[in-house]
Amino acid sequence: MALQPRIIPVLLLHKGGLYKTKQFKNPSYVGDPINAVRIFNEKEVDELLILDIDCSRENKEPDYTLIEEIVSEAFMPVGYGGGISSLAIAQKVFQLGVEKVIINTALKNNLQLLADIAAIYGAQAVVASIDYKKGFLGGTKAYFTNGTKKSGYTPQELAKIAEKAGAGELILNAIDRESTYNGYHFELLQQVVNAVQIPVVISGGASSNADFDIAKLAGASGMAAGSLFVYQRPHNAVLISYPSNYFYL
Amino acid sequence: MITIINYNLGNPKSIQNMLKHIGGGEVCISNDPDEIASAQRIILPGVGHFQHGMEQLAELGLVDVLKKEVLQNKKPILGICLGMQLLTKHSEEGNLAGLGFIDAQTKKFEFQDVTLKVPHMGWNKVEFKKNTPVNTGVSINPRYYFVHSYFVDCANQDDILCTTQYGQEFVSGFQHQNIFGLQFHPEKSHKFGMELLANFCKI
Repeated sequence: MALQPRIIPVLLLHKGGLYKTKQFKNPSYVGDPINAVRIFNEKEVDELLILDIDCSRENKEPDYTLIEEIVSEAFMPVGYGGGISSLAIAQKVFQLGVEKVIINTALKNNLQLLADIAAIYGAQAVVASIDYKKGFLGGTKAYFTNGTKKSGYTPQELAKIAEKAGAGELILNAIDRESTYNGYHFELLQQVVNAVQIPVVISGGASSNADFDIAKLAGASGMAAGSLFVYQRPHNAVLISYPSNYFYL
Repeated sequence: MITIINYNLGNPKSIQNMLKHIGGGEVCISNDPDEIASAQRIILPGVGHFQHGMEQLAELGLVDVLKKEVLQNKKPILGICLGMQLLTKHSEEGNLAGLGFIDAQTKKFEFQDVTLKVPHMGWNKVEFKKNTPVNTGVSINPRYYFVHSYFVDCANQDDILCTTQYGQEFVSGFQHQNIFGLQFHPEKSHKFGMELLANFCKI
């Protein structure tokens, strides 16, 4: 039997704090990242994704001190994304205790980086984030660098390019759906799951546990969510929650 | 003192983080043969290629000190993931001999079923087959985090500590005298992993 999918909180770092964006825009402050990780630790989350949304946009290196602090409190697998632009930077991040690095901007100009990291740390340590949104003329297009740069590819095309380059896992990130609670983009999930051999994690739009059940049926290896786990609706008050042991009870 | 062997593969830091958290006593990360010789317990971590792992151990001059401390002085050793596989006699990964501390082979997962991805990555259950100091008093229905493409096949059934189902039943932990191996990552498995590491610190 295939493994149970992982339910993965996504935490966004911005100016050293924990923030939440909507559709990749308007970051609002959520709290202290270390404190959030402690709470997720207590809830025994399957995995944690930490994304620094400043690094690639401002062309700077990861905040190693902050990552180290976060990871020292995290007794689950941790993926980190943001500013992974060279093998040396990836190595520094792995040495802090991170299991996986998430690559997006390098998909545009440095596909060799995926192969280089995979050769040393294994393909499972290289995750490609396929960020996409609807174009003005209809059709769905993948973007680079926090959704700011057009790739010219469909998400399906970029997914195959990333797999071929050496990624061991994909995150399908629907920019239009982020923090909308409109549900995952199940249709695209199914298409990508059928098109690649590697595990696919779905992200963007999760609104309830029912979305996890559907994503599982659609073949997701993981379901990521941000707002659902850091906010309480209807007014998006900050409240960290997580369905512990959801697929194991 | 516990020495976590640093041979440039895998994540000694994560193991150190958890040992600190559970108050497992003095921990050092080292590839100095003298420091390894003075340790009371040894952890051999590792993620990556078997061949690269054996080459690194040889290059750093750690094979002899490990043999002496583990086989002669009977110090408790815990191999984690690739570290467990390196304790076996041979691996199909690189078709190379391992340390050979336990009578076992490391083999590759091969499945007909395309829904069974390799590596086996994610959380899975284990069934303990015997009671050892390491798994004393563990939670009911524990789950652990796995990432691996190869698995260990023990020659002696008595050495099997626990097994896991993934396409087949495979050995996810072994124990032979002072030699322990875990295929999963206790350092990344919340309280379930803490229990095992805390027990190992008390052996």
